[in-house]
Amino acid sequence: MSDLAYSIVTRDLSLWYGEFQALRSVSFKARNGLITALIGPSGCGKTTLLRCFNRVNERYGNVTTTGEIRLLGKNIYDEDVSLIELRKSVGMVFQRPNPLPLTVYENIVFGLHIHSPARLNASALDEAVEQALTDVGLWMDLKDKQKSKATSLSLDQQQKLCIARLLPLKPEIILMDEPCSALDVEATRQVEELMLELAGRYTIIIVTHNMAQAKRVSHECAFMLMGELIEHSRTEDLFIRPLDKRTAEYIEGRFG
Amino acid sequence: MTPGRRHLEPLKEWLIERFIWLCGVSAIFFVFAIFIFVFREGADYFFSGFKAGEFFTSIEWYPTSRTHVRYGALALITGTFSVSFLAMFLAVPFGLGAAVFISEFCPPRLKEGLKIVIELLAAIPSVVWGFIGLTIMNSLIVRLFNAPIGLNMFNGAIILALMSVPIIVSIGEDALKAVPDSYREAAVALGCTRWQMIFRVLLPAARNGLLAAVMLGIGRAVGETMAVLMATGHSIRIPHGVLEPVRTLTATIAAELGEAPVHSDHYQVLFIIGILLFTITFVINITADFIVRGIGRK
Repeated sequence: MSDLAYSIVTRDLSLWYGEFQALRSVSFKARNGLITALIGPSGCGKTTLLRCFNRVNERYGNVTTTGEIRLLGKNIYDEDVSLIELRKSVGMVFQRPNPLPLTVYENIVFGLHIHSPARLNASALDEAVEQALTDVGLWMDLKDKQKSKATSLSLDQQQKLCIARLLPLKPEIILMDEPCSALDVEATRQVEELMLELAGRYTIIIVTHNMAQAKRVSHECAFMLMGELIEHSRTEDLFIRPLDKRTAEYIEGRFG
Repeated sequence: MTPGRRHLEPLKEWLIERFIWLCGVSAIFFVFAIFIFVFREGADYFFSGFKAGEFFTSIEWYPTSRTHVRYGALALITGTFSVSFLAMFLAVPFGLGAAVFISEFCPPRLKEGLKIVIELLAAIPSVVWGFIGLTIMNSLIVRLFNAPIGLNMFNGAIILALMSVPIIVSIGEDALKAVPDSYREAAVALGCTRWQMIFRVLLPAARNGLLAAVMLGIGRAVGETMAVLMATGHSIRIPHGVLEPVRTLTATIAAELGEAPVHSDHYQVLFIIGILLFTITFVINITADFIVRGIGRK
């Protein structure tokens, strides 16, 4: 069981949207508790790969997948896997902040509500909200605004809230799909700091277009091209001594 | 572009602006004009002989009695409200359910087909609906419920429901379609089941649009004339059950206006009924507006 050092392991993962093959036998491993960045030019399949880990790709209907994905040692395509439980333990943050059109408070307890059949104790909920907001550094700003609409917050607060609402569910893995691309420089810095604080407690996979960001926040980095995983190593190694010529060309900015 | 044309550009802008302004203002103008016309036709009687007490509390509607003319519209008001209410009771769950199905569950090809069918349903003239009520529904109700007569409140309500459902579905579906997909993604990624997503995210997010859909459905039901005239049995009484015939305000106007001598009391009372209908729909719309705003404020 040496695999348990890894939260995510895929083997020969291929994926088609209809006729189009978006992933070509990708074998990828993400180390437990680290931040792994997926980089590569547009259309290289990095977002598709990310969206495999909580199976939200299947929303589109015409998706075919072959190969294996193991999360925390469990094949997520097994018959007995509950999508609901899977998505509870694998949180996702999207490119555009997408808080639900509810209050700040309701956004954070939303996950708890949908995952527990019984009514929840109000003080426990209050505590969960305070904890989650504290973890993402929003508590001071939002403690008096818990009843205001989440959609009326500033974009960076919205994005942090989107991270905060995952935490009460105690996920093992957090997937981030270009979480800073809608944010300004200062907000990006804050979210990056937040990611580094959350690392260790959670395994984080981040898709990014921004190589500097990958350098700043990730411990490991995987470079993808045309649906293939070209190279995956420690971030310093990948950026300083890339093994593959294509990786070298991409990080030098010759294409992409 | 030639310099001459460029010179004309501000004028063109101005003309277009005025034209759009005129379109907007004319809508308001026409509404007021109609209201004033309807009111003027009934005004004389409204201010002289009209007995509001009798009109609203008596069920005795004898506009052509030789000895004692009475204009008690209570039965007609009850008729309109009972048929509309029952129609909405049937149409709202079906309409919203269908809207949710089309927008969230339906495979794309079936969706296209369904939308065409629903548009088709909306395009059926009301007299055809009335005819269906008069013939098919009539005998069906007699057979199924062992009712003495098939032309009754239930018949009218089903016909009205069938007429309102397409409106509720198409406007409701638009409202659900307008909910950003990012909300669905957020809900799915948090582990919602489809139903949780619908009840906790989509319906609240689309509630204003859905409410508008329901209100338009009610508006259609209250204002519909020909179909209810043909399907409800057109008998003046306060119904004690859904299988009893009723008569509505609209059907009364349609049936009697042609025979009432112009500017007679009877004629004017029919216009007062028109004013009442106007007021009812106005109140429904205003209420809807307040509800929508009330929700928005929270």
